[in-house]
Amino acid sequence: MTVMSKRNLLKWAALSSVAAAALVGCGKKEEPAAPAASPEPASAPAAAAAPEPLKAAWVYVGPVGDAGWTFAHDQGRKEVEAEFGDKVKTTFVEKVPEGADAERVIRDLATQGNKIIFATSFGYMEPMLKVASEFPDVKFEHATGYKTAPNMRIYDAKFFEDAYLAGIIAGTMSKTGTIGFVGSFPIPEVLRNINAYTLGAQSVNPKIKTKVVWVSTWFDPPKEGEAAQSLINGGADVLLQNTDSSAVLQTAEKNGKYAFGWDSDMSAFAPKAHLGSAVALWGGYYKKAIKEVMDGTWKTERTVWGVKEGQNDLIKIADVVPEDTRKKIDEIKVKMKAGDFEVFTGPVVDASGKERLAAGAKADQDWKDKIDFYVKGVEGKIPSGK
Amino acid sequence: MNEIALLIAATLASGTPLAVAGLGLLLNEKAGVLNLGAEGMMLVAAIAGFATALATGSDVLAFAAGAGAGALMAAVFALLVIGLNTNQYATGLALSLFGGGFSAFVGVSFVGKKLEDRVPFEVPGLADIPFIGPAFFKQHWMVYVAIALVLAMSWFLYRSRAGLVLRAVGESPESAHALGYPVRLIRFGAVLAGGALCGVAGAFLSVVYAPLWVEGLVAGRGWIALALTTFATWRPARVLLGAYLFGGVTMLQFALQGAGVEVSSQLLSMLPYLATIVVLALISRNPLWIRINMPASLGKPFHPGA
Repeated sequence: MTVMSKRNLLKWAALSSVAAAALVGCGKKEEPAAPAASPEPASAPAAAAAPEPLKAAWVYVGPVGDAGWTFAHDQGRKEVEAEFGDKVKTTFVEKVPEGADAERVIRDLATQGNKIIFATSFGYMEPMLKVASEFPDVKFEHATGYKTAPNMRIYDAKFFEDAYLAGIIAGTMSKTGTIGFVGSFPIPEVLRNINAYTLGAQSVNPKIKTKVVWVSTWFDPPKEGEAAQSLINGGADVLLQNTDSSAVLQTAEKNGKYAFGWDSDMSAFAPKAHLGSAVALWGGYYKKAIKEVMDGTWKTERTVWGVKEGQNDLIKIADVVPEDTRKKIDEIKVKMKAGDFEVFTGPVVDASGKERLAAGAKADQDWKDKIDFYVKGVEGKIPSGK
Repeated sequence: MNEIALLIAATLASGTPLAVAGLGLLLNEKAGVLNLGAEGMMLVAAIAGFATALATGSDVLAFAAGAGAGALMAAVFALLVIGLNTNQYATGLALSLFGGGFSAFVGVSFVGKKLEDRVPFEVPGLADIPFIGPAFFKQHWMVYVAIALVLAMSWFLYRSRAGLVLRAVGESPESAHALGYPVRLIRFGAVLAGGALCGVAGAFLSVVYAPLWVEGLVAGRGWIALALTTFATWRPARVLLGAYLFGGVTMLQFALQGAGVEVSSQLLSMLPYLATIVVLALISRNPLWIRINMPASLGKPFHPGA
């Protein structure tokens, strides 16, 4: 069923963009009249007078069916459709490689009359910045980046909060005292998650050690599984990952170990191994952004929402997790929602023993943006990548 | 010690799909046909195998479906390349691209579906030996079948009459034709069998190894299998060793990372291709060696009338 609707959507999206492109080609400025198949036949005259829908477009790095990162963004897009109905027209382009292709796709979408374009991967930053300068009337939104322009802004989520909460569970559930992390690339976002995961685990068991294996990809399920297997072979018994498939979780299941879902609810993949899923919930932000464009209040800024704003969460905590631990997580979530809880609160000591954050100090955004170390308890070295 | 045993076990499992696909491609190439469509064939077979395993729960049927899907893809390739004499390189590449897209399209509704866990086959008597048991004898049965396939392939190519004819077709199709052998039919059969083996490898990835279906699941293993045939200088046993080597490199890298040794994973993922280039450079310096092993008519079309 979902497949059908996705396909229909694709067709519809393709048709509408073709139509729009044709209109642009004719040099007309008007949008097509309200669609013939108006959902409310009684109010036909009203529909004709209604303002044309706001066109919004999404650029995805993966397939919508990845059951992870891109899937989560597309859920957000669907929330926009549900909220604004006829007032908005959404389009998406999936599997757009980061780089030259992205620039072409983003420019196409801008040419087709989209008033706001969301690009949902880090590597779209430079291409989007370039296109943004060519279309001053279009609003550009880039996920997880750090560069802005007068008509381009950035948004992100505090996934490290999820990683911290997962860490609390991992610290409780680990029998070996060693937990594992499958990392994609050693960038601040991923290092934040490794560190938060470790700090969370250490908050319930100070002796916890974290082993990290880097796979140099966001998405290669067999390789993600191999990495998970090597962590398990090395003694890690609760795993978290910063990659996009469910392979780590399924490998844990096969070995009778524990793991978490990442980006979206993955509980169905591994009923025994699944301890919880760290999910991204982009819908709230997308609705806010669309509303701001409609109201004319959109302005450049940087939004980093977290559990407080409902941008991310740790959900579906498994029944095997002890009651005390669930209670602790609920308490921390309450504090996070009230804005009273910062994962990176000093003292934060790195793996070499150097103090990176003084006792009592709370990390600011800049500190978190520049994380380039493992906290104490994480084993190994960060690959230099140079 | 136990960790090393597990590393060996993981290496065997990780090398198995490479070995099976590599053997399939070796068979193709021994008959003089180069099929660059391995990645696409494996992807289509992976989704066919996954869907079958989901519906029936049987690995045998899943591998059969994978083999069928691989052979079907190979048949398309064979019709174009052998029937219409299209360029083998371009047709193979097109097959790869088509397979990638087609498998994604067919597979949409299978994303996120879960298979039952596969229980490893424990070789009776041997699986309980310390170290040796966990290292070698607790694997999916396909891991052992792959080894048997290598032996069968060696026997077929070098000890059987049919294998001799097949190699003759790959070396000098004109001579084979003059002797009255149906060159195009033999090549067609070799391509189908090769596609079927690639298909089994693809199904192994999605049913046993991953085990899940997502778009692009094969993630370049078809290309590694292609590189493998050259790396192995067209010898079945070397294909198997090469597969374990290439499979083991990744596992070793992860194990080293876990042990705190820094290795560049980018460099390691280059390694199979780098090794292939080195082998190519070496064999091209030794004309005798290349004549013995590399099929002389590899990649060249055959016109029976010409």
